Amino acid sequence: MSSTLFHYLVFPGFLFTAIVGMIVSWVDRKVTARVQWRKGPPWWQNFADFVKLLGKEVLIPENAAKVPFLLAPLFGVAAITIVSTLIWKTIIDPRSTFVGDIIVILYLLAIPSIAVIVGGFASGNPLASLGASREMKLILAYELPFILVCLIPIIKAETIKLGEIVNFQINNKPILCYPSGIIGFLLGIICMQAKLGFTPFDIAEAEQEIMAGPYIEYSGATLALFKLTRQMMLFVLPMFVVITFLGRFTFSVIDILKYIILLVLIILIKNTAPRLRIDQAIKFFWTRGLFLGIAGVLLALLGK
Amino acid sequence: MSSIALKALTRSIWVFHFASGACNNCDIEILDALTPRFDVERFGIVLVGSIRHADAILVTGMLNRKGAVRLKQLYDAAPKPVVVIAFGSCASSQGIFKDSYNRVVPVDEIVPVDAYIPGCPPRPEAIIDGIVKVIKKLRGS
Repeated sequence: MSSTLFHYLVFPGFLFTAIVGMIVSWVDRKVTARVQWRKGPPWWQNFADFVKLLGKEVLIPENAAKVPFLLAPLFGVAAITIVSTLIWKTIIDPRSTFVGDIIVILYLLAIPSIAVIVGGFASGNPLASLGASREMKLILAYELPFILVCLIPIIKAETIKLGEIVNFQINNKPILCYPSGIIGFLLGIICMQAKLGFTPFDIAEAEQEIMAGPYIEYSGATLALFKLTRQMMLFVLPMFVVITFLGRFTFSVIDILKYIILLVLIILIKNTAPRLRIDQAIKFFWTRGLFLGIAGVLLALLGK
Repeated sequence: MSSIALKALTRSIWVFHFASGACNNCDIEILDALTPRFDVERFGIVLVGSIRHADAILVTGMLNRKGAVRLKQLYDAAPKPVVVIAFGSCASSQGIFKDSYNRVVPVDEIVPVDAYIPGCPPRPEAIIDGIVKVIKKLRGS
């Protein structure tokens, strides 16, 4: 019991994920700054932001639904912490996982987005509602291709245990080496972009048109938790793709390089792509995304 | 306020830009401070779109009858602690518009102003100097 709590709260759960997530988000800000030919913030910038937000006043709008408004950020952080714990338990010891944990991860990965939707609607602000409704449409759009992406390693390894998928890749070769794996990996990057709310799919947040969307009424500690959720997701999601497609993750130089290359790839896409409209995003995921996903699954079923 | 929270605050000032009928000159200079040559994100300063995220309200332009009400509302809606900076001659002292039919009182009679950055428009160096003054004031030295 106490070791479970330790795993959940300290390593590899909350504390570890939060700290690495903030550093990973600094990589995001730094690479963005370098792309724009700026110098960028120092490495502890996100820690300073977090501490500062904790010290600020928490305001609750008059016409907000108080309980969901305050609870939504907590649910997001809790869900992403569980995902991180599950993924890191698999990384440390692939045999320690339970049957169906990849399905649990799929469900839990949707919760941060749902928290954003609930928080946005609860805040009673028209722009927040608009952002939340966009986020909802975006979930409907990318969730099906994302599930197809996760199906490819499941079919290849013939198991729904994340640990056995990792073991399969250790014994054979990484799933990326198969044709279906390449399709799944590419589609996975696109879905990840949408899940993280990065351009071209930052439609829900859209700073220039709806002023941070669902987060608009959040201040102080609640905003800090939402920011933290996003930063943790930026750490956890690429890690999930690394262990499902690129083979095992140890703390060796090559594995860390794999992760960093994937991370910088998403950041570069974020910095070079324009924002899509919500209808374009849905159309993209439901036609080309779905087609690619089904093609990948069929190839995997054929053993390619 | 504890020292660590204060230190974090001065290292990460999120700015909300309130343009009350400015001629756009000040607004352009603010963007200059964010661009590669001066890059204030080095010090953790970013522009935010929502007043609830703001640590500093940057007022540009002469305060007119419509803007004055909004400024008061925005100041009340901002999570404290928040600083107000009057940016440019117009916001600091009503500038050449002091006899205009549409003017109301200066900014500092509506909300407490922590720093004035004079100039028409202020140069980015002046902006960074103003930031330094705000930080020094927050630290109480």
